[in-house]
Amino acid sequence: MLIRRADYIKSSEITPESLYVSRRAFLSAAAVLGAGALAGAPPRAWGEGPAIQEPQPVGKPYGLQKDDKPTPWEDVTNYNNFYEFGSDKSDPAANAKAFKTRPWTVKVDGLVNKPGDYQLEDFIKPSTLEDRIYRHRCVEAWSMVVPWRGFPLADVLKRADPASKAKFVEFTTLLDPNQMPGQRTGMLPWPYTEGLRLDEAMHPLTLLVTGLYGRTLPNQNGAPLRLVVPWKYGFKGAKSIVRIRLTDTQPQTAWNRSAPQEYGFYSNVNPEVDHPRWSQASEKRIGVFFRIKTLMFNGYADQVASLYAGMDLRKNY
Amino acid sequence: MTADAGRQAADASARVNWKKINERIRSVREPRWFPVLLIVASCVPAAMAIGGMASDIIGNTRFFGSHPVKEGEHFLGEWTLRFLIATLAVTPLRQLLGWNWLAKHRRTMGLFAFGYVMLHWLTYALLDVQLNWADLTKDLMKRPYIMIGMAALLLMLPLAFTSTKNMIRRLGGRRWYRLHQLVYFVPVLGVTHYWMSVKADVTDPVIFATIFAVLYAYRIWKWWMRRRPVPAPAPAPALRARAS
Repeated sequence: MLIRRADYIKSSEITPESLYVSRRAFLSAAAVLGAGALAGAPPRAWGEGPAIQEPQPVGKPYGLQKDDKPTPWEDVTNYNNFYEFGSDKSDPAANAKAFKTRPWTVKVDGLVNKPGDYQLEDFIKPSTLEDRIYRHRCVEAWSMVVPWRGFPLADVLKRADPASKAKFVEFTTLLDPNQMPGQRTGMLPWPYTEGLRLDEAMHPLTLLVTGLYGRTLPNQNGAPLRLVVPWKYGFKGAKSIVRIRLTDTQPQTAWNRSAPQEYGFYSNVNPEVDHPRWSQASEKRIGVFFRIKTLMFNGYADQVASLYAGMDLRKNY
Repeated sequence: MTADAGRQAADASARVNWKKINERIRSVREPRWFPVLLIVASCVPAAMAIGGMASDIIGNTRFFGSHPVKEGEHFLGEWTLRFLIATLAVTPLRQLLGWNWLAKHRRTMGLFAFGYVMLHWLTYALLDVQLNWADLTKDLMKRPYIMIGMAALLLMLPLAFTSTKNMIRRLGGRRWYRLHQLVYFVPVLGVTHYWMSVKADVTDPVIFATIFAVLYAYRIWKWWMRRRPVPAPAPAPALRARAS
């Protein structure tokens, strides 16, 4: 008797891998459409798989706690507050794709002895780029751990040589409603401005960032140049910076102008001072289910608490 | 045939027969599958929310993005408002389209609105605040938008509780009707809660507010038309005997 076993599926009937992979892509796309039609707008691209190759975090940890692990690239680059590109967390990744970051000029002016307009490359060149893993705490009570690449803001300020009267630094984001759809709305006073006291700006933890995960900074994260101040709420980190101005008076900041009772000038991470609409005592770490305790100055108290000695942090929120 | 007559004939055939269309729409009767479809379709967003959040939390699938609990919570809150829209749209649709058969489904829609608000609140309490008693009470005592949202939820409780035929009978139609007019406060509270909870971009709350405003305006207009003096009233009819 002839028993055919091994070959009973003809090779011509076996679906090639490329075909079933594309079939799966089609099915998930169909699911997206189906869900979209029912739900109005789905919260995010339904059925979108993870990036093909997740970049690995690089850098020296700064102030990380026992359980702190770098937040995956996928989350860091798809869950963003960057209102210039829309107010949903997924808007920046969707709307900043075509954003032009070259050529890019940064103006350093105000109360400095050496003001100037710099091409981005010339602006960065004198400094050594470092990879640093920082804790990142949003005022909305979520947090991440992010491997940034950048250089201390102090480098730039020292080169510009602040005048003796200079007490504050103001940062301005690019104003370009053609490229930044959020700026066509009145959500916030544009252009976005932020500010630091000069001693905060000179602090070695204060970073000008040009990269993420050892790569060039993605547009949705504030390319080509953004500020990172790890002991303050995330919105203090102005994105897509075109101007750094030194002043003798406290600069106006976008969120403070929009809602002064909710967002102060200092905006230091402080678990004891609640936002009027939610508690700041704990935070949701992206990718971690159970809430974790929020730390004073986001865990950087040893390095920065002395900057605020004698200040009433409840009043100077 | 003159050219003029020809044009008239063409006009007549091209003219839309509104009367006929109107009759067609008004004659639409309840499809047999409608009750089942309504219930199944109404469960879909809940299934998406529960399934999506579970899969995101357990399997890190990111259906709801990087912060599935927050997104799921908002998703369920918005669906509560959508079911309130459906509930309040029944009367205008009945009157404008003549679809009286919609009336008996209003309870289903209202109960789904209640179900969604409960899921919204459970997501907030269990998954977002994670039953941190201090935070829950502080939110409720100190934060106006939480208080307003909670007021909306509490207002829906007696309505859901008295939605059965038995309760209608026990309360008596008139009292039941008065009680259920409370439903008009729920969207006001719900949209205010939503509006106050967003940081700067109020687009979505404005869209919901506009839809509810239209649904309220329709009722105000109806009420206004009814209270206008009717010209030349007929002699007062004899008092109708009241059902006892």
